[in-house]
Amino acid sequence: MTEMVFKGPLGFGQEVEGEALVSAEAFSPRYDLDRATGVISRKGHPLEGVSIAGKILVLPAVKGGVAAGWALLNLRERAIAPVAIICSKTNPVFVQGCVVARIPIMHRLSPDPFTVIQSGLKLRVSPQRGEMTVSLPDPASPSRLRARCGETMSSS
Amino acid sequence: MQARNKSDLEEISPREMELTREEERILTGDCGAAQRWALETQIQTGKFFDARRLLPIGNCHMVADYEVMGEAGYYLLQNLAAQGARISVPTTTNARCVDFDAATRLFQDPHMIAREKEIMTLLRGIGAMLTDTCINYQTVYQPHIGEHVAWGDTGTVIYANSVFGARSNFEAGPAALAAAITGRVPCYGFHLDEARRGTVLVNVAVELSDLSDWGALGAAVGRIVNDYWAVPVFCGIAPSVGSDQLKHLGASLASYGSLAMFHMIGVTPEAQSERHAFGDLAPTEIIEIGPGALDAVYESYYVDKEEIDLVVLTGPQLSLFELRRVAELLDGRHVNVNTQLIITTNRQNHTVASQLGYIHEIERAGGSVLVGTCFYIMAPGEMRKHFGWSNVLTNSAKFANIIGGYRYHPIFRRTDICIEAAVSGRIAR
Repeated sequence: MTEMVFKGPLGFGQEVEGEALVSAEAFSPRYDLDRATGVISRKGHPLEGVSIAGKILVLPAVKGGVAAGWALLNLRERAIAPVAIICSKTNPVFVQGCVVARIPIMHRLSPDPFTVIQSGLKLRVSPQRGEMTVSLPDPASPSRLRARCGETMSSS
Repeated sequence: MQARNKSDLEEISPREMELTREEERILTGDCGAAQRWALETQIQTGKFFDARRLLPIGNCHMVADYEVMGEAGYYLLQNLAAQGARISVPTTTNARCVDFDAATRLFQDPHMIAREKEIMTLLRGIGAMLTDTCINYQTVYQPHIGEHVAWGDTGTVIYANSVFGARSNFEAGPAALAAAITGRVPCYGFHLDEARRGTVLVNVAVELSDLSDWGALGAAVGRIVNDYWAVPVFCGIAPSVGSDQLKHLGASLASYGSLAMFHMIGVTPEAQSERHAFGDLAPTEIIEIGPGALDAVYESYYVDKEEIDLVVLTGPQLSLFELRRVAELLDGRHVNVNTQLIITTNRQNHTVASQLGYIHEIERAGGSVLVGTCFYIMAPGEMRKHFGWSNVLTNSAKFANIIGGYRYHPIFRRTDICIEAAVSGRIAR
């Protein structure tokens, strides 16, 4: 077991651990999610049918309107919220929503986790230290990494 | 849930930021738990984006309907009201999820209707003005250049920043509520000159005729530039462009690209020239928009079946001019028995359009004009199941982008095609 550390500006919220759920597309709770169940509902979304509950959402970007502001609070109250959100780029709505719902959020990490992490990897998010750590099960065959530190690797 | 929300008011401990003496006092709780909650959430958000201080605002526009707030938002609002929350600057509300006159025939959920009424009572109680419109910039308030405001709905924010030269970030529901209570916003993003400079040049070499073409332009650019912090600069648009065109462009840019501001050379107030719009910085990207770019947007919403179940003109609510055009396009004909035509507007436009006969003309044709709401926030997934609708035709690029999340098949076309399909019940593949 080896660890890889991503660094960035201080984020919001307490340290949490969880499993990564990586969305290939920018994300919006209104456009993409059934907010009653926490399951991705938009037809044709790469994660259609997948639940975001209890996951660490890893996103290239966020999209759409102001719905996330209230949606994240509702997801938490229904116990179907993600445990943290990691964005390459975010907007105020997601941060406002996370602050009100007490969901840790970080952005602008380096290297960009979106290019490195695949769903299922275990992450530790430490917003107050500006750090995120990923545990790699087997460093000899990093089959669940798409690329590491900007260096492209073939995925098996 | 209520108990947990109560602890929410006490949990946050903000890190350092330059605060006034009054703000320090609010944080001690001397001004009440609601003020403290509001300021603390704003400080946490401000810190995330490196804000150094808060700014006073004179106006707030808030998204606060039950569909988006849910039970959690309802309880938070109830809790804040019980803690003595009072709105401190003129604050208006965005579209509601219920038109109470139409709710029964649309089979809207009685619980949602009841909750919406309770939310409206709570909002009135804390001092909000229930305008229930997403086109406040056309009918309620037009801030001046440089005016700091806290607006909620993204279509309103991009219009305020771009067309008025006012200054706002996206202030989502709870954030706008916090701003309304404190009369402040954290100073970052589009409140600062740096964020307002153009970043991407968009050369428009296509004639834009229908309002939907402006939405298509917003979709084409928004899909490429999906970044809140980017500011496209449109070049090649005639200064005769009107408010409805800019409204459809802005709503679409915000929807597809999460964008909060654009410039238009010779049209918008911070873009008298390219140099004015970009400052000393060169564009990071140049996008060429020809006819093919708009066609590609329309074609991305393909016709799934020739029968059209539903035609919806909404998102944003229709202006007086748009209502007149729909009445004219209907031209004395009737909407097909197998197709529904649904239009939304606000109370102000509905009143004037009624006086001018446009509402009568649309209703005589069998169309339905909903007031103070917007279709996609009316729990459209439930309506789809109840009425057995599968596809929806619209002239709003923003609406087409959103309604897929409720498992409709969206088709986006020009306004005249939408009305012809409403009348014939069909569309060519």
